[in-house]
Amino acid sequence: MNGLILLIPIALGLGLLGLAAFFWSLRQGQFDDLDGAALRIFVEDEKDGTP
Amino acid sequence: MSGAALIDRDFSVPDIRCAGCIAKLEQGLVRDQRIATARVNFTEKRVHLSCVPDAEIPDLIGAFTTLGFEAHPIGKGPDEADGGAESSRELLRAVAVSGFAMMNVMLLSVSVWSGAEGATRDLFHWLSAMIALPTVAYAGRPFFRSAWRAVRHGRTNMDVPISIGVLLVCVMSLFETITHGPHAYFDGAVMLLFFLLCGRWLDSVMRDRARGGVTALLKNMGTGAMVVEGDGRTRWVDATAIETDMVMLVAAGERLAADGVVVGGVSQIDLSLLTGESAPQAVHVDDRVHAGTLNLDAPLRVRVTATGADTALADIARLMGEAAQGKSRYVRIADRAARLYAPAVHCLALMAFAGWMIVGAGWHHSLLIAAAVLIITCPCALGLAVPAAQIVAAGELMRRGVLIKDGSALERLAEVDRALVDKTGTLTLGRPEAIGLDQLDIGIKSLILALAQASRHPLSEALTRGLQSSDVRPAEVTGLRETPGFGIEARWADSIVTLGRPIATGLGDALATELAVDGRPVATIGFADQLRPDARQAIEALRSEGIDAMILSGDRAEAVAPVARELGLTAQTAMSPQDKLAAIDRQTALGHRVLMLGDGLNDGPALAAGHASIAPGSASDVGKNAADCIFLGDRMMPVVDSIRMARKTQRIVRQNFALAIGYNVIAVPLAFLGMVTPLVAAIAMSGSSLIVVGNALRLKRAIR
Repeated sequence: MNGLILLIPIALGLGLLGLAAFFWSLRQGQFDDLDGAALRIFVEDEKDGTP
Repeated sequence: MSGAALIDRDFSVPDIRCAGCIAKLEQGLVRDQRIATARVNFTEKRVHLSCVPDAEIPDLIGAFTTLGFEAHPIGKGPDEADGGAESSRELLRAVAVSGFAMMNVMLLSVSVWSGAEGATRDLFHWLSAMIALPTVAYAGRPFFRSAWRAVRHGRTNMDVPISIGVLLVCVMSLFETITHGPHAYFDGAVMLLFFLLCGRWLDSVMRDRARGGVTALLKNMGTGAMVVEGDGRTRWVDATAIETDMVMLVAAGERLAADGVVVGGVSQIDLSLLTGESAPQAVHVDDRVHAGTLNLDAPLRVRVTATGADTALADIARLMGEAAQGKSRYVRIADRAARLYAPAVHCLALMAFAGWMIVGAGWHHSLLIAAAVLIITCPCALGLAVPAAQIVAAGELMRRGVLIKDGSALERLAEVDRALVDKTGTLTLGRPEAIGLDQLDIGIKSLILALAQASRHPLSEALTRGLQSSDVRPAEVTGLRETPGFGIEARWADSIVTLGRPIATGLGDALATELAVDGRPVATIGFADQLRPDARQAIEALRSEGIDAMILSGDRAEAVAPVARELGLTAQTAMSPQDKLAAIDRQTALGHRVLMLGDGLNDGPALAAGHASIAPGSASDVGKNAADCIFLGDRMMPVVDSIRMARKTQRIVRQNFALAIGYNVIAVPLAFLGMVTPLVAAIAMSGSSLIVVGNALRLKRAIR
């Protein structure tokens, strides 16, 4: 019983953390362009602005 | 950089295809002084710009053009699209919350099932209640809202048994928890919500995705015109801000933004989107021209006589409103099933309660059994049966270049048995194509290409397209110069070559262009609208699917006859939008379900009235808005593909219903006998849902 008092809040807390992280990423627009995100890895950064 | 506030603008760029395009656009656009940032949304084929406030739309479009992309401004108020995305996001949040709750309640339930007793079990039940009840209150709202709406209007839908089931189960489980009972169904209630929300969310995502695609195709949103000011300067005016008596400057290849009267210039106007007429019409000073038509030849000055709702389009819009009412009466298959299903479920639950009361089980036990019956019959698999199949089908069709606007469109498409087809722009490509290029000498061809590719005139573009497809290389020319209204001139070897309007005018109004060397005509090329390359094949495939086709055209009989003969179809010609509506009504009265294929403004009412309708991607905005599906590209076979896919989807949906009912046939007697513990309910529910989703995934390899 003592173990449960510790473990259950931890389990719930971790779950809530995941939920909060999901909401956060949703609000940040990370799910707005799923196909584009997959392609952006191929885009080379161009820091100096010259072609 | 000045501190002036930047403004945001959205452009739809249909040609974004790869990572290279993203890089090119994002890095290329910001080199323009006026553009601060550019962000590509690949999924929606859009580019979001932050630019200085005085950057005019044509300049921004020019920035896209120099990078080799075609861009169309998107108006400020896409309220509808935003509303759709917002409701999907709300559903996704509900899915996340119920998923979280489901996992945690299940964690506690598994402990109870594996033998937790006494105080531990009570503690776990209380914890489950604390997670489940707020979740039901939050994630159940879409169902409660819809059920309440239905009940208030004296109807019933799938959401009524769901809502009653979930609420009753929650109340019973709470009571069970308070009285230290062994069976709490919190996990069942939350799991039910989770699966159903997944179905809803899939449905909503499908609609959003199609809407995004359609928005990317709509070109007229946020268009406008160059307006000539009193002092002779020109300025870009948004379509909504155009007023009567302004003078628009319409370049060749541009669509008119408002109705008006020509005050300067001579040109030819392509009316095909407005009337279906394929031959261009010559216009001179004092001729009336209409919004939505395409200026083919030379720049025109047009004094605006009517804008927005007053244009000739307003009539068509009114007809469309009336025509669309028939379609809104269509009842989706899930709701048709619910009409039978909901009363049956309620009766079963009531019978279970009454039965156990009569045998003397006491009201507490009887209510618990009734709750078990409700939760086991709750249309969990049924809720997924339709959307799961439809989203797979729509995704597969989208890969083939067909946009399906929503699930109901797929259902209606599966039922059609008669096709009415517009000619111009639907059976044909709806744009001038050069005729007889093959017969020309190769030297002449390369000369023509060299001149034509330097111009954005519609006829030049047709020539470039035709010649490039047959591997012609352009000749070396220098000093290219384009004269609006006449043509292109260049220096080649020691001669002056021109490509432009024929000098001899024996050709009537037919579109033609002439290549001349040092003023002597060398070759004359005619232009005409051509059949889509696979039109014949598509019509035959339709016939083999049991769908007979017929042409409804606004064009003259002489223009329609060759097409009808080529395809072996009967045709009705010179039809007004009202005539087309009447033709659909006649077919409907004969008991046919009509598929309308069309593209023009004049097809708008017919597209809205057809049992299902498909428009090509090149259609007018009105056509694209009214149609249920849009196919991209020049080929017509996607039309047949989508009908085949719709029929397969319908078959899978029926199978899914059969699976869900079969599962109920086994599970309901068990529930009746009181043998359904929360554990059995959880297994049955998730098992049946997985089977239904698995069955739907078979559609992925259904069309080959």
